[in-house]
Amino acid sequence: MIGGAIVLLLFACSFFAPFLTPYDPSHLDAWHVLLPPSARHWFGTDELGRDVLTRVLYGARVSLKVGFVAVGIAVFIGTAVGLVAGFYGGWRDSLLMRLVDIMLCFPTFFLILAVIAMLEPSIWYIMIIIGLTGWMGVARLVRAEVLTLREREFVLAARGVGASDLRIIVRHILPNALSPVLVTATLGVAGAILTESALSFLGIGVQPPTPSWGNILTAGKEYIEFAWWLSLFPGLAILVTVLAYNLVGEGLRDALDPRLNR
Amino acid sequence: MVPYLLKRIAMLLPLLLGITLITFTVIHLAPGEPVEMQTAMSPKITAETRQRLRAYYGLDRPLHVQYGLWLRRIVRLDFGRSFAPDNRPVMDKIKERIPVTLSLNLIALLLEFGVALPIGILAAVRRNSLLDKGLTLFVFLGFAMPTFWLALLLMYFFGVKLEWLPISGLHSLGSNKLTAGAWFLDLAKHLLLPIGVATFGSLAGLSRYIRSTMLEVIGQDYITTARAKGLSERCVILKHALRNALLPVITLLGFSLPGLIGGSVIFETIFAIPGMGQLFFMGVMARDYPLVMGILVIGAGLTLVGNLLADLCYSLADPRIRHGGG
Repeated sequence: MIGGAIVLLLFACSFFAPFLTPYDPSHLDAWHVLLPPSARHWFGTDELGRDVLTRVLYGARVSLKVGFVAVGIAVFIGTAVGLVAGFYGGWRDSLLMRLVDIMLCFPTFFLILAVIAMLEPSIWYIMIIIGLTGWMGVARLVRAEVLTLREREFVLAARGVGASDLRIIVRHILPNALSPVLVTATLGVAGAILTESALSFLGIGVQPPTPSWGNILTAGKEYIEFAWWLSLFPGLAILVTVLAYNLVGEGLRDALDPRLNR
Repeated sequence: MVPYLLKRIAMLLPLLLGITLITFTVIHLAPGEPVEMQTAMSPKITAETRQRLRAYYGLDRPLHVQYGLWLRRIVRLDFGRSFAPDNRPVMDKIKERIPVTLSLNLIALLLEFGVALPIGILAAVRRNSLLDKGLTLFVFLGFAMPTFWLALLLMYFFGVKLEWLPISGLHSLGSNKLTAGAWFLDLAKHLLLPIGVATFGSLAGLSRYIRSTMLEVIGQDYITTARAKGLSERCVILKHALRNALLPVITLLGFSLPGLIGGSVIFETIFAIPGMGQLFFMGVMARDYPLVMGILVIGAGLTLVGNLLADLCYSLADPRIRHGGG
């Protein structure tokens, strides 16, 4: 419940950012550089005189967008792979599941780094790459669900009345296989936000002047001895967001998993 | 057991092949060439020289030929020479870094297990109590905290402000003149922050997993039986329940290896630890293709071996699994 409330609040903040703060996220102000938090600048200002609160609020847009699009891609691929592997079985299943095994062997962050660093830095590439390297868990989950659903009466009945494979998969199997995916997806959003912030922190993610929590922290690292606020607030923003998504995920798991509700 | 082992080892080959194929594809699909990177800055280099460089690295051949040649060399563990100015064989560079990263991660893994185990058991036994909620919040804080941010704050606080701990590298300057004891203490001081950060970050997955398997086991009939026999609660939990709850954890440990190795990029870069993660990051930034491909293949290969070991441990530990005839 608390998690859900925080997530909603975050959405509101990032959506209404222009109305919540009087400053522009990229407005430079040479007279007000590295000011500590005050009534005028709640989170202080950065090395170029920009308002940190404003940048954190706008940074939320980046994080939320990355989280959703990346996980959307991962869930789409994972679900498709899982459905095909589980429903058809045979060589398709072996082939796809070996692909999953192989992808799971790679240290994901290495793979992401290798690709991102060779492309032009762009938020779209980041979302796509995080999605392309994160679908394996979903594929395994969906496949396992499909394997049990495939033999259930309602599927046999649908087949008996002559429904096509596609119709059986989309209308009868998919809706029943999705609830565990919801939990994984929620946790995946948290993971994607963390990955994006790490990439931006390393300087190969979202590029300045676009604010992202990770790249504000890059500056925070430089000035940590004189300006703690530059490091503290964006980090807290990541922490609270990721925590909120985890709480939502855990809540969903408890609600959806009947085994734990004895 | 032996046929099962042989079967598993035979399965490794196609997986390894897949690993090399994906590595090769990923690196060669990316736009831009290492030769451009080396030559774009210099106006003196003509198109002809560029062409010669490409031929030197074999980049002018068709992709499948390049893959075949590369594969033939890595079978002998020859990953070519680094594009970096030192031009050393990639394998040598990786070999000096692997022990650092592996031992760091192994210590972190042991520590993680040592801390997550009691947390998971306590949280399961006192399910939904204040203690359970507090522990849950604690491990989730660790997971949700970006590694680099926590590292930054700790470095600032313990390193810069209090000056208690060194903030980078593995040894102090001139540590080779120290006695063995002092040398070890110096190393331990350098490792405290990075390993602490890595452990705190990974507690959540393991402790939550132990909690949920414990909860599942505690609900089983044989636990009720054990309680009904009048055994002490301590004996029931630690002897009967824990043993069964720990089995799936073995597999989880095997699977956590790629995550640990991947995470080492961040804390090795921040703490300036000369491990594989740092080497990889430098290689990626310099578009050192042979190095990047070498580390990807070796990193994934290590995981493959780790998973195999975990599966073997599992089948040794669980008498219910017998691999007769494979």
